[in-house]
Amino acid sequence: MEQSTLNFIFIGISFAIYIGIAFKSRASSTKEYYTAGGGVSPLANGMATAADWMSAATFISMAGSLAIGGYDGSRFLMGWTGGFVLLTVLMVPYLRKFGKATVPDFIGDRYYSKLARGVAVVCAIFICMTYIMGQMRGVGVVFSQLFGIGIPAGVLIGAAIVFFYAGMGGMKGITYTQVAQYCVMAFAYTIPAIYISIALTDNFIPQLGLIGDYVAGGEYVPFLEKLNAINEELGFSHYTSGSISRIDMFFITAALMCGTAGLPHVIVRFFTVKDVLAVRKSACWTLAFIAVVYLTAPTIGAFSRVNLIEKLHQTTYVAAPKWFKEFESTGQMAWIDKNDDGIIQYYGPAKSDTNSNTVFAGKAPTYPVAGSATDVLVGKHHQRLVINEIITSNPNELWFGNDIMVMANPHMAGLPPWVIALLMAGCIAAALSTAAGLLLVLSTSISHDLMKKIIKPDLSDKEEVAYARAAALVSLIVASYFGINPPSAFIAKTVAFAFGLAASSFFPTLLLGIFAKRMSREGAIAGMICGIGFTMGYIIYFQFLGGTKEQYLFGISPEGIGTLGMVINFATAFLVNTVSPPPPLEVQKMVENIHIPSGAGEASDH
Amino acid sequence: MSSTNALKHRKACLYITLAILAIWFSISLGCSILFREWMDQNMPQVGNAPFGFWMAQQGSIICFVLLLITYAVLMYRLDSKYGYLDSQRDAIDSVDSTE
Repeated sequence: MEQSTLNFIFIGISFAIYIGIAFKSRASSTKEYYTAGGGVSPLANGMATAADWMSAATFISMAGSLAIGGYDGSRFLMGWTGGFVLLTVLMVPYLRKFGKATVPDFIGDRYYSKLARGVAVVCAIFICMTYIMGQMRGVGVVFSQLFGIGIPAGVLIGAAIVFFYAGMGGMKGITYTQVAQYCVMAFAYTIPAIYISIALTDNFIPQLGLIGDYVAGGEYVPFLEKLNAINEELGFSHYTSGSISRIDMFFITAALMCGTAGLPHVIVRFFTVKDVLAVRKSACWTLAFIAVVYLTAPTIGAFSRVNLIEKLHQTTYVAAPKWFKEFESTGQMAWIDKNDDGIIQYYGPAKSDTNSNTVFAGKAPTYPVAGSATDVLVGKHHQRLVINEIITSNPNELWFGNDIMVMANPHMAGLPPWVIALLMAGCIAAALSTAAGLLLVLSTSISHDLMKKIIKPDLSDKEEVAYARAAALVSLIVASYFGINPPSAFIAKTVAFAFGLAASSFFPTLLLGIFAKRMSREGAIAGMICGIGFTMGYIIYFQFLGGTKEQYLFGISPEGIGTLGMVINFATAFLVNTVSPPPPLEVQKMVENIHIPSGAGEASDH
Repeated sequence: MSSTNALKHRKACLYITLAILAIWFSISLGCSILFREWMDQNMPQVGNAPFGFWMAQQGSIICFVLLLITYAVLMYRLDSKYGYLDSQRDAIDSVDSTE
């Protein structure tokens, strides 16, 4: 059967399942819309949260970053799982006991202030928006590959599907759809890894293969030693050592962890279960389900790196495998024959004096327009030519996007077409589940926190759901617009924003709200403003105003600055707190009450 | 539910939380980042992987899951000791504190 037919069948079946589930469990009240009625079992909620958490970026790009960065990529692995420990022991049981539907709700009530609620709503909207843009883009990319349509059309199809079941089903519909999506994702991620592990290391458990021996070359060599040797030979840093400085690595990992613990769309997931006991259970399940994918990612990264280099380095272009030419035609790989020998060479930064292995100027290849003369379009070995300025100060000739490692992996390993179809379905599941979850938080923030609590307090239940659906539609349109015209060519930049903001605003403010009974409104607001101001300023300066690496404060990159922003938030909050009046008695009582785990009742919105 | 009981529970809960966080910090930011090179050289390899590297890419995640399970079990015991489980509480009063 043709690959494209198989893709259609797999994705068609998975869509039919999602829509069927969404239709069966559509929400009829605000309570069901916001928190699924509060009665989802810990296991189902764990799966749903895991699907919500693992975005298209995680699914597609993380293994690629691991393949390229080796040890450096661990910051994502640890950051995005370690955050769940913080989330579980410091946040969600208490917030669940508090019993309101959203995070700005807690901040507004705990700090008895509309201003605090307002700041929280703006942060929540901003974080979800930056996040959802990347998801829409991801959906668009996959659809465009699948149907051979442009990315804009792909984004629109994705948006229509997400709106259909997130807008209709609310949290209840989304939760049960995400359970199905998790299953698709987990299979899609692990099955190729198992196949490749058997091929390369003769071990059917990829995690054991990674620490086992490489056998595909005929003799037995420890796999990681083989990888280190390849990296060294080609001029990359050791796979197991990486190249990011220790302090930067520390700050980035910490920012990702604290950011994870402060992301509103993750926190609200735990409002869907019955009580505090179920919250803790659910968190265990969530992390266990996430671990299935996260423990596999490093193996995919390492295996695909070996495969890629073995298959392409020092191979003549004419003899290069078919998949290389396919990715070349979609613009995800490019080869520039710098030394004009017809052979693909892939080298690292250490092979040149400039300490870089940039193939050409710019982030991605740009191609001559379709109607150009043949000698502009294709080179003498029939390779696709680019019009970027070629950088000849280093010998590296191969360019590929981070994103293709996961997608190209099954091709590289020569896996059967149905595995590739499954991977496509998994990829779409990852993007859709995250987009739907975010959309819900966005629409709740607008309808509940902004409309009902700040602008129009006399909103009825029905009107509120209507507002939520309208808000979902509007946010989706905005997100699709930015998905089609991404604000920066590099989605990772906006992700740095989301995590930096969450780490420097929500995490410290929530933590103080829960554990520091005496923390006053003034302290919290001053802390939030200083933390966000500092983090935003730093990121904007370095990402958009052309700050250079030499100017980094203590050598911390913008990715990791959220950690420092968090420290500033804490310090300011405590300082201002000493000179401001204590919170009213009923707030102090409430703080005491959330530490008693029993009697959480249903998560309500009143 | 006397307030001294609540205070004792809260204190015990704080100890559990701090203990979990101490382990969390030492395995992730400690073993895998701050002392990774020392770990790579001085600790036994895991299979063929240097210890620090393995902790960073596999071990820490496994430990996180184990930590959360430990937390859930310890907190369950603590709650039931102080009578804070909803099943125990329902028998005493059925007032929903959030209403």
